[in-house]
Amino acid sequence: MNFPQVIKINRIIEETPTVKTFIFPWEVTDETPGQFLMLWNFADEKPMSISIIDPVNDEIGVSVKMVGTFTKSLHKLQENDKLGLRGPYGNGFEIAGSRVLAVGGGIGMAPISAFTEEASRRGVEVDVVTAATTKGEILFQERLEITGANVLPTTDDGSHGFCGFATELAEKLIKNEDYDMMVVCGPEIMMKKLFAISNRYQLPGQFSLERYMKCALGICGQCCVDDVGWRICVEGPVLWTDQLKMVTEFGNYRRDSSGIKKTF
Amino acid sequence: MLEVEICDIKMKNPTVLAAGVLGSTAASLNWAARSGAGAVVTKSFGMEPNKGYPNPTTVEVEGGIINAIGLSNPGVENFRKELEKLEGKVPQIASIYGSTPEEFAHIASRVENMVDALELNISCPHAMEGCGASIGQNPDLTTQVVKAVKKSVKSPVIVKLTPNVTDIVEIAQAAEDGGADALTLINSLGPGMRIDLETARPVLSNRFGGMSGPAIKPVALHCVYQVHQRVNLPIMGVGGIMNGNDVVEFLYAGASCVQIGTAVMYRGMEVFSRINSSLQKFMTDKGYQTVEEMVGLAHE
Repeated sequence: MNFPQVIKINRIIEETPTVKTFIFPWEVTDETPGQFLMLWNFADEKPMSISIIDPVNDEIGVSVKMVGTFTKSLHKLQENDKLGLRGPYGNGFEIAGSRVLAVGGGIGMAPISAFTEEASRRGVEVDVVTAATTKGEILFQERLEITGANVLPTTDDGSHGFCGFATELAEKLIKNEDYDMMVVCGPEIMMKKLFAISNRYQLPGQFSLERYMKCALGICGQCCVDDVGWRICVEGPVLWTDQLKMVTEFGNYRRDSSGIKKTF
Repeated sequence: MLEVEICDIKMKNPTVLAAGVLGSTAASLNWAARSGAGAVVTKSFGMEPNKGYPNPTTVEVEGGIINAIGLSNPGVENFRKELEKLEGKVPQIASIYGSTPEEFAHIASRVENMVDALELNISCPHAMEGCGASIGQNPDLTTQVVKAVKKSVKSPVIVKLTPNVTDIVEIAQAAEDGGADALTLINSLGPGMRIDLETARPVLSNRFGGMSGPAIKPVALHCVYQVHQRVNLPIMGVGGIMNGNDVVEFLYAGASCVQIGTAVMYRGMEVFSRINSSLQKFMTDKGYQTVEEMVGLAHE
């Protein structure tokens, strides 16, 4: 039933100065990386990507970057405080191929980390680019190294790992390595460039989109994208490159809570 | 076999995408049209952009959902840009709301040339003060709004009524007095609410909202039945329709066609073509040649 379950926070991990991961007890069944939960703080409710799916300890986690009023209120929470969770919703990433390039920009690393853990468990070789503006904001490097994935940090200011944008590193890797697929989540401007790269090198990819959401049930229409009309909460948030080709608004604009277009 | 006509609008089948379900963009309306809907209704829009209520705006309950989206929309001028992108494969109906007869008339005149008909939302159970059901629960206001719109446009005017009144026939007659061309029965039922046990808080940020889905079907059917008996206007039936058999019930009760809403959540956009093929099978089995033959049979 699509009703928020109010759950005590098991643990909180301070990932970076601006990102915290909240872990909840959760009977893991068929949750897949790339899906999202609606988080209710009893004043507002917003979609958050699942960043940890742990069927062994029966836990689920979301990583939250502090960007506005809602996320600020989440960052004030302590262990044992409660939040409402409903979901999971949407189509997650498909795990396909034997060698995958995963690219996460900023908090986009949340679903990418869940993907990398699951894909690695299944024996898929993953090169994961974790991109941030600076060293202190790099997400999940150690956690992903444990999975056996090849973790490639990149920072805009060169303070850690590759110096430059995720897009530059990804293009270098695609040129030199032999991947079956790429998976991407991050700022749409970054994804747009990676989409162009995936087309240029004919590397199929899956991209996780973000749109303003209200119901998350596929009925309110708030997250429908042009020109296909698909609902990001149901037909997305993860779309394959051949689907994304039909999403003409991708990389150009999105709609706010009243439905007015906002360009990127 | 499935073709119907309502207010001179020809539809290839009697299933219409209901207002408020997707429909905020041309893309989603075009998608519904391509998926088999016989006509589409936009999400309601008003004079100015409106953000609606904060989340949570929707919660599932047994037999449906309760929503209080709060009529979020980009306003008539922005919405005109969406209407320009409609493919026109099926008849298009603009759902509009306002707080005065003048507002309704103004919005209607801004879009009438871009659509085949207008549907007046005087029935939203969680609209802001002065809008929605606060108009549709008052027969005089209902007549005034319909009159004002009819005076300002040539397009057919369909009036969507709320079931949350003592006597829906009285309101239907008030709409008829104003010159309505057709009625849509019913908007969501309620208001209703759900409260979380852990925190003792209402789940919806607006605390209450309108109930839709299979649980309200019996109420909707009764409204259609009653109004068909007493008012001489074609009716679009809506409320909890999930499958072809539900459509048949509404036709028998007196609806000329139906609108589909919450079923899109349960069955996806494919719901239109699925319902149509099941309706067609029913008609073949029973020997009906046209949808029209079935309208109002429960009254004989």
